[in-house]
Amino acid sequence: MKGSWIQRWFGRGWLSLGYCFLYLPIVVLVVFSFNESRQDMVWSGFSLRWYSELVKDSEILSGFGLSLRIAVLTACSSVLLGTFVAFVLDRYRRFPGRTLFSGMASAPLVMPEVIIGLSLLLMLVSVQKVFGFPERGLTTIWIGHTLLGMAYAAVVVQSRLQEMSKSLEEAAMDLGCKPFQVFFLVTLPNIKQALASAWLLTFTLSLDDVVLSAFLSGPGSSTMPLVIFSRARLGLDPRVNAVAAITILVVSIGVIVSSIYLARAERLRQKQIAAAFKGDAG
Amino acid sequence: MLKFLTDLLTLRWLTGRRFVIAVPFVWLVFAFLIPFLIVARISFSEVDAGNPFGTLLTYADGIVNIKVKIANYLFIWGDELYVLTYLSSLKYAAITTLCCLVIGYPFAYFMARARASLRPVLLMMVMMPFWTSFLLRIYAWKGILANHGIANHVLMALGVIQEPLHLMNTPFSLVIGMVYAYLPFMILPLYANLSKMDMRFLEAAADLGATPMQAFWRITVPLSKSGIIAGAMLVFIPAVGEYVIPELLGGPETLMIGRVLWDEFFTNNDWPMASSVTVVVILLILVPMAILNKHQAEQREGGHK
Repeated sequence: MKGSWIQRWFGRGWLSLGYCFLYLPIVVLVVFSFNESRQDMVWSGFSLRWYSELVKDSEILSGFGLSLRIAVLTACSSVLLGTFVAFVLDRYRRFPGRTLFSGMASAPLVMPEVIIGLSLLLMLVSVQKVFGFPERGLTTIWIGHTLLGMAYAAVVVQSRLQEMSKSLEEAAMDLGCKPFQVFFLVTLPNIKQALASAWLLTFTLSLDDVVLSAFLSGPGSSTMPLVIFSRARLGLDPRVNAVAAITILVVSIGVIVSSIYLARAERLRQKQIAAAFKGDAG
Repeated sequence: MLKFLTDLLTLRWLTGRRFVIAVPFVWLVFAFLIPFLIVARISFSEVDAGNPFGTLLTYADGIVNIKVKIANYLFIWGDELYVLTYLSSLKYAAITTLCCLVIGYPFAYFMARARASLRPVLLMMVMMPFWTSFLLRIYAWKGILANHGIANHVLMALGVIQEPLHLMNTPFSLVIGMVYAYLPFMILPLYANLSKMDMRFLEAAADLGATPMQAFWRITVPLSKSGIIAGAMLVFIPAVGEYVIPELLGGPETLMIGRVLWDEFFTNNDWPMASSVTVVVILLILVPMAILNKHQAEQREGGHK
């Protein structure tokens, strides 16, 4: 359908304004990371001063190290548990407690993070009282992030499991594969792309989380978002802009590389499918 | 009996299927269900710095005493601050949802009507900000809206205003931040819905003499109802409990429940009170949501039959 001239231009205008709104803060962060002055948001000349100060900022650097470790751990455990959850929700239609199970599995997506953080902390405190561990810090933050990450990973993996054709698994079963063989030889290769995107999603989720980390961190274990958040509460800090610019650079490269890779993988897959059909016909 | 015990100990009951269900089930019970039960339990106890867990059950003279303190709940009900905070959280979440819909619907509509080759790029550009830190993007608005911030500089340079406007820490800055953060959550389900729409309905409407405006309001909008509902839920639910945005961009008068909970816990150190607020939030906001959700799921399933 071709709209009228006015409609087309209105559409283009609305889309451009929308994208400006979405990208304005990102552009501002990058531009002002090169600003020389400490004075907030007045451009006074190009400088790399804040980047060199960032390298000397031990609070942010150690926060980054901790965040990175937690994010890697969280992504791995979330994908593992999320795959279990997705598998159960997709394959096991009937078992005692299924309603409770599916409710608990998706609840972290809608619960306010403040509530999840508070209740997890109260439980971990009582566990610590009885058993003497875990100390508040990396482990407790990891537990919290995994609870949230698992829910997201489950959604991603489940949608892939749903669209995957079951006949492949049935064929493998007919040919005498044991259930775990079917899973590792047939199901897993089919969902590996979903696992990869779930890993990346939960990794960024963990790297960015403030609220759960604030409840679950202990003395001396501030993640990078916690450091940034406490500075942002006080006011503007140009070093935070430098952190943002670096993040944005890394993310843009990552998104571009992965989208090229995915497009190539998809083309290859289509080619293989076409070849398979040709082989069938011949 | 003995066989039952040996079976239990040798894990013979553990079939593959049971194992696959048990692993996430046990984890969810420990990380999700038990914490909530503990919160519910603490919400009935007294403020006691040494032992916030108190004791509900005491045994004396052969009588079991159950001590349930509902003072916290009575306090919440009686105190205006809490009631106002609940209402104000709902209000800001509703305003945010409405703004997202007004901006997001035309956005998703034009995206879905763009050239097919352009659509993946447009879609990726909506998702891109997701991958950059949410915290940093909210922080950026502080610099834009501050008294000596970019918005005021631009407006003054253009001669629109003479004096810098006070934008930060007002309901305005709060709503800007919330709309900014949640707009993609509105656009994505609407886009998914609108891009799948059967264009023949619109052609039929045009053939029958409907103007484009009439066709839009009487065909496109009703057909996209499920997308609107999905988007509104995705925006409204997290907006109600939001903490970071009100803390960074909101002011003292913009009460939000997440922030009050946080202060009750971290500043006042009143764990029983914070727990009571948590329980009330879950009951007041989340239970109706769950019911609505379930109702919709049933409707969807009913529609497919």
